[in-house]
Amino acid sequence: MTTTRTGYKWVGTRPVRHDGLDKVTGRARFGADYATAGMLHGAVLRSPHAHARILSIDLTGAAAMPGVKAIITGADLPDIPDETGTGSEGGINFRDLSRNILARDKVLYEGHPVAAVAAVTLRAAQQAAETIKVEYQTLPPVFSLEEAMEDDAPVLHDDLFTLGLDSEPDRPSNISRRRVIARGDLDAGWEEADVVVEREYTTKAVHQGYIEPHAVVAETGEDGRSTLWCSSQGHFAMRTYTTKVLGWEPGDMKVIPAEIGGGFGGKTTIYLEPLAALLSRRAGRAVKMVMTRSEVFRATGPTSGSVMRIRMGARQDGKLVAATAWMVYEAGAFPGSPIGPGVMTVLACYDIPNVLIEGYDVVLNKPKVAAYRAPGAPMAAFAAESVVDELAEKLGIDPIELRLRNAVTEGVRAVYGPKYRKIGFVETLEEARDHPHYSAPLGPWQGRGVASGYWFNFGGETTATVSINEDGTAVVMSGCPDIGGTRAALAQMAAEELGIDVHRIEPVVADTHSIGYNDMTGGSRVAFAVGIAVVDASRQLIKDMCARAALIWDVPPEEVEWVDGRAQSVTGAAAPLTLEELASGSGNTGGPLSATVTVNPRGAGAGFSTQICDVEVDPDTGLVTVLRYTVVQDAGRAIHPDYVEGQMQGGAVQGIGWALNEEYIFDRNGVMENPGFLDYRMPVASDLPMIDTVIVEVPNPDHPYGVRGVGETGIIPPMAAVANAVYAATGKRMQDLPMSPVRVLEALSGD
Amino acid sequence: MARVFFPTSLQKLTGGLEECEIEAATVRELFARLEDRFPGIRERLASAAVAIDGDVAPGALLERLEPDSEVHFLPALSGG
Repeated sequence: MTTTRTGYKWVGTRPVRHDGLDKVTGRARFGADYATAGMLHGAVLRSPHAHARILSIDLTGAAAMPGVKAIITGADLPDIPDETGTGSEGGINFRDLSRNILARDKVLYEGHPVAAVAAVTLRAAQQAAETIKVEYQTLPPVFSLEEAMEDDAPVLHDDLFTLGLDSEPDRPSNISRRRVIARGDLDAGWEEADVVVEREYTTKAVHQGYIEPHAVVAETGEDGRSTLWCSSQGHFAMRTYTTKVLGWEPGDMKVIPAEIGGGFGGKTTIYLEPLAALLSRRAGRAVKMVMTRSEVFRATGPTSGSVMRIRMGARQDGKLVAATAWMVYEAGAFPGSPIGPGVMTVLACYDIPNVLIEGYDVVLNKPKVAAYRAPGAPMAAFAAESVVDELAEKLGIDPIELRLRNAVTEGVRAVYGPKYRKIGFVETLEEARDHPHYSAPLGPWQGRGVASGYWFNFGGETTATVSINEDGTAVVMSGCPDIGGTRAALAQMAAEELGIDVHRIEPVVADTHSIGYNDMTGGSRVAFAVGIAVVDASRQLIKDMCARAALIWDVPPEEVEWVDGRAQSVTGAAAPLTLEELASGSGNTGGPLSATVTVNPRGAGAGFSTQICDVEVDPDTGLVTVLRYTVVQDAGRAIHPDYVEGQMQGGAVQGIGWALNEEYIFDRNGVMENPGFLDYRMPVASDLPMIDTVIVEVPNPDHPYGVRGVGETGIIPPMAAVANAVYAATGKRMQDLPMSPVRVLEALSGD
Repeated sequence: MARVFFPTSLQKLTGGLEECEIEAATVRELFARLEDRFPGIRERLASAAVAIDGDVAPGALLERLEPDSEVHFLPALSGG
């Protein structure tokens, strides 16, 4: 359901998506669908140890095997300086990126790549990889945050010194960074509080769980120029990162985007791309590499496991007056957990005067984490929103009412500093409170929970081109892979501007040599930032076409207006000229009709979501079943409501999986024991009810149609919403995720 | 004058100062003035995102500041 109507012809409607037929018929080409004649196949040798020094690598046996064309190890990659670029939370460190792609002197997790082989068949490449002899000296590993932070813990990186401490550290540590946010007078805040709740929470590493594994085909010619076909969230970034790691020039590499079978943040970095490109250069033939599901789990980014302690105090009237948060996030083998957004979002929904938030980024012998939808925010919200629920109970105030009494609004200073611009948090709370779900009756062993969440959203560097064909159809070209229906949304905005049918517009995702630079499809940015560029380009075209009509009619340009896809004389002196007529005669009026716009926009409107969850708990098995679930979220303006709802539902489902089932399970040696979808249990359709959605529309004043990003916010509240529902059903506060049947039974038997 | 807020991580360089007012027409000029007053701070700001009046400003050095602008320094963010 949509709470407001737009009055637009195409914006806010639900046309069939342009790429829909290709997707449902199997014609769409995903990463692993690409092939070239004479192509080789690549395989990766991965470390069997979680922490070990590499003493030697003997390639002689493998290199002599039939069909083997090239082998590379870490020694074949250039040394990269300790240099940070943009592209992930806190920036991407290219030295670490390179060492994650191929280990150098040490392996830092089970599955860490050690060598890569290209051969005429996949089996030959795999056999050759298995034949490579690596001599390791095993080192004591660290698997838990508690262990990793101890003074005498084995240290992963001898050159890692903690940033952000009060005094300079004199020895290396596994704590890479400390972040602190503070404001107000905590002592005064606690003094004012009538009720205080303090709890500790833990969450486990979980994977983004995209269906399509990482895949690439690379072809590098004798001249050093290369082409990559790969599935990613941003082919320009893949080019930048890959050439950086290889020491090549970005202009020598073309990256052609495949369709993407899910990314959720996990395809914002590189793993196979430099291996395939370098193997191809060495072998002189194209090389294809596709990860197995096991490799995806063992060696690509999950998001962080975490430990968090939250303390909040409120007055009897429900006003939150003080809060502290101590948060530690797993970074995996290299620094760079999303602790930054974690500390910024943990209390961002509320106006609390006295606050101290302290966060730590900690390395340990597990795969390096990667971005996952609203990186760092969902686990923070699990902790904070659970405490808010408990405070509401102790105060005898309805949990939505307590949130309303403390909700941030326009002009309120966020806990991390800036004042909020136009936001719709209160509106999401009111919609949730008034929704029939919130007052529906519940049965025995059933309970209802609510929770809220906040995400920043992002703009980013963007190029878009709109061109008119001679038949009056149009092409909208962007450089951002379409993950969530953005082709349709961009075409709708162009259709609205140009006044033509949305299906006379072909939205295209262009490769790196066909359009100017674009940041990745991430940060919920495409409908916002690319939308601005498409609207600007459409408006430039309209201005151009009106000028051409004026030229044809020999009247001043101001006597021409654009109405319903036609140039029209304001005086009625001439018959209107259609888009088709202007396009087919464009050679006589100045050449083809096309406009390209580049932007790097400010004003990505912040997103808020409030969610309601009903569960039933089986007291005999501990199984938690979600009975009903409603997502209320501020989209600013839903360009294509189907895909906005899809993002809200998808986020909620991933959050429910994080809450109830998903976790990386390691054995005592740090080997993942559940690297497949059978044992790493993500929710499937039969596990869940239909996820109901309420799109709130508080327009973002910095977008021509009011768009806010919607791709990430939906995943933030579910873990707390489910935990609060389980409490309501059982009387047990679940502080450790996942709330698997075993854990729930343990909690129930604690009476 | 622009009102500049310092996160806790920078307050060691500012002698504990949480905010100050500085005359500057652009972020680049602001950074220069801050460096004059708090030596070493410009290097620390290089990796920060700059928020002007509540919005993270891309290409921040060239961004213009209004007399009543509020400036915050945040960790770099992009999302998933």
